[in-house]
Amino acid sequence: MAINKEFESAKNWYINNYKEFSAGLNGLSKSFFTPLRENAIKDLGKLGFPTTKNEEWRYTNISPLLKNNFIPAAASREISLHFEDIKNKLFTGFEHHLLVFINGIFSEELSSVSNIPSGVIVDSFGKLLRNNPEVIEKYIDNFNNVQTAFDALNTAYTTDGLVVIVPDGKVIDKPVQALYLNGDDENNVLISPRNLVIVGKNSHASVVTVYEPGAEQKYFTNITTNIFVDENGNLDLYKIQNESEDSYHIEKVDAVQNKQSVFSHYNILFGGGLVRNDINTAMNDEFIETNYYGLYLGNNKQHIDNHTFVDHAMPNCVSNELYKGILDDKAHGVFNGKIMVRKDAQKTNAYQSNKTVLLSKEATIDTKPQLEIFADDVKCSHGATIGHLDDEAYFYIRSRGIPAELAKSILIRAFANDVVEKIKIDGLKEQINHLIFEHLHRIEI
Amino acid sequence: MIKIKDLKAEIEGKQILNGLNLEVNPGEVHAIMGPNGSGKSTLANVLAGNEGYEVTGGNVTFFGKDLLEMAPEDRAREGLFLAFQYPIEIPGVSNSTFLKTAINEIRKYKGEPEITAKEFLQLMREKSEILGMTDSLINRSVNTGFSGGEKKRNEIFQLLMMNPKLALLDETDSGLDIDALKIVSKGVNEFRSNDNAVIVVTHYQRLLNYIVPDFVHVLYKGRIIKSGTKELALELEEKGYDWVTNGELQETAV
Ligand SMILES: Nc1ncnc2c1ncn2[C@@H]1O[C@H](COP(=O)(O)OP(=O)(O)OP(=O)(O)O)[C@@H](O)[C@H]1O
Ligand SMILES: [Mg+2]
Repeated sequence: MAINKEFESAKNWYINNYKEFSAGLNGLSKSFFTPLRENAIKDLGKLGFPTTKNEEWRYTNISPLLKNNFIPAAASREISLHFEDIKNKLFTGFEHHLLVFINGIFSEELSSVSNIPSGVIVDSFGKLLRNNPEVIEKYIDNFNNVQTAFDALNTAYTTDGLVVIVPDGKVIDKPVQALYLNGDDENNVLISPRNLVIVGKNSHASVVTVYEPGAEQKYFTNITTNIFVDENGNLDLYKIQNESEDSYHIEKVDAVQNKQSVFSHYNILFGGGLVRNDINTAMNDEFIETNYYGLYLGNNKQHIDNHTFVDHAMPNCVSNELYKGILDDKAHGVFNGKIMVRKDAQKTNAYQSNKTVLLSKEATIDTKPQLEIFADDVKCSHGATIGHLDDEAYFYIRSRGIPAELAKSILIRAFANDVVEKIKIDGLKEQINHLIFEHLHRIEI
Repeated sequence: MIKIKDLKAEIEGKQILNGLNLEVNPGEVHAIMGPNGSGKSTLANVLAGNEGYEVTGGNVTFFGKDLLEMAPEDRAREGLFLAFQYPIEIPGVSNSTFLKTAINEIRKYKGEPEITAKEFLQLMREKSEILGMTDSLINRSVNTGFSGGEKKRNEIFQLLMMNPKLALLDETDSGLDIDALKIVSKGVNEFRSNDNAVIVVTHYQRLLNYIVPDFVHVLYKGRIIKSGTKELALELEEKGYDWVTNGELQETAV
């Protein structure tokens, strides 16, 4: 009962705040999006926040998150920064277009997008909503399926986010980097980015989303990301989550793919106190390829939950999933990988692997593959391993004169390698390798 | 150089080494032969400091220091090197990064300056040439995706790069084709000098035609039951182990 009361009062907090929030929307209030917000608030009332009785949230108790009354960032104060302040948060070493969001709100001054091929849109969700809502309306309508309280919360409170729209037959010359700098020194804020990435027929795009802390105070980042990859399109979406350990981070990614398209999602997780990702892909046609690569690092008391879902609805599609975790101290990981192979999805090839290394006795992981197969001519494999660093390899390295701590670093590098190797942007790969050691407080190799 | 006295060791509660004695001096090559499971790899692992084995008796001194007290990395820094029977793959760490790290850790321990990039490259070139190793093999991740023979060759490459005082070679010849066997032997002979020593563990006399030993020992049930010169290896090849082990059985029966 006590728990339900807490969940109820959190729900009411966000419902009651909405009036004041929407009154402050000004220029945004007349757009097509406003009715969606209002519906979302109703949905939130109906859905309520999930407790651990909900099977999908069995291992993740969100009550620490709900104890805080986060203030919607748009209603909070404006923060102005200089490029010097954000420079060290960026991933460099590769050319990119840059969009910077402070507490989820686009900063034109800090961003630099230039020489975009004609017809391609790399812009802010809020700006488009204000000036050209028709550009995003049709896509948003397609994705408007609020399923969880967090989804509803995002829809109600979002004001901005990354929009990339690549029309048919176009290629963006360099990756788009979206840096989210989160947190406010004076308030505990709710940050609600809404990302939309649309890749047209025969088009290519590479997008890097980065979530970094910008303040000491607690905050809650609640993201909704919508992806559509049309026929023969190709999208690489990198997420690098390096939030503060006092923060809460939840993202729901919904991807829809058309014929012969390729979508690769790279989910690299370093920070966050309580982290939950839901990554869903619907395969709408044949010969689609979906890749999920994940690397999660946890220490102290971090709680990191990844729920992935691939929906094989049509024949001849391939999905590839490789999730690896390194957990130290009292960190807790959750992996739930669902693969649905529907009746018509013959000749499906689905591969899933989740491996976790526990560096301490108190680190734990709950891992669960969830295969639901209704077709008979399919190839599906899945595996999960939980272990410690390999003793024989540890000895081998030390027998070359390398001290114990450095030997562990080498083993960590070796363990993470097959995920890191998948990163196609070299400059990014190097920095990820570096962050692995920084985050685990270990000597770099 | 190394003095092994009455060494006893077990793994998972099972006694493997049963009072083993061996002394090796600078400039010497000792071959250790013996049937499968007799404890050859156990000896090599115990000397190199594998924590999976528990030493239950005896002592080992290495240049007068108590070897068994040292961590594996310190044994390497003091000059001991084990070429593994089954080398380990380390994806994501290149051979050159690995070796540079190893060499510098050893230098740090000895209070020597780090190896310069130029010196290191030169050393790599010189040693890889002896073993006919291609650049691509050297730049790849340690042993990752290497064939069995390439892994063994890489162990010898590491040996030459690190230039220890005592090399323990655990069946470095197994899995090598004839040409590779010659190349690897050439590498070992290149390494040999008056102030270092080699212990080769092998099943085949053939290797000893290339790496000529000063002494040959037969290890059986965790002890050295016979020692001789290189002729002993030929005799073993001809007559098998029964010939020595039978005598041992009678001895213990009495
Ligand atoms: N991890 C282990 N657990 C249990 N027993 C082990 C383990 N490792 C080795 N042994 C046993 O110890 C004994 C000695 O093994 P060792 O590897 O030293 O033999 P060896 O002489 O090197 O044999 P080979 O010629 O086959 O390489 C064998 O009976 C082996 O089964
Ligand atoms: Mg052996």
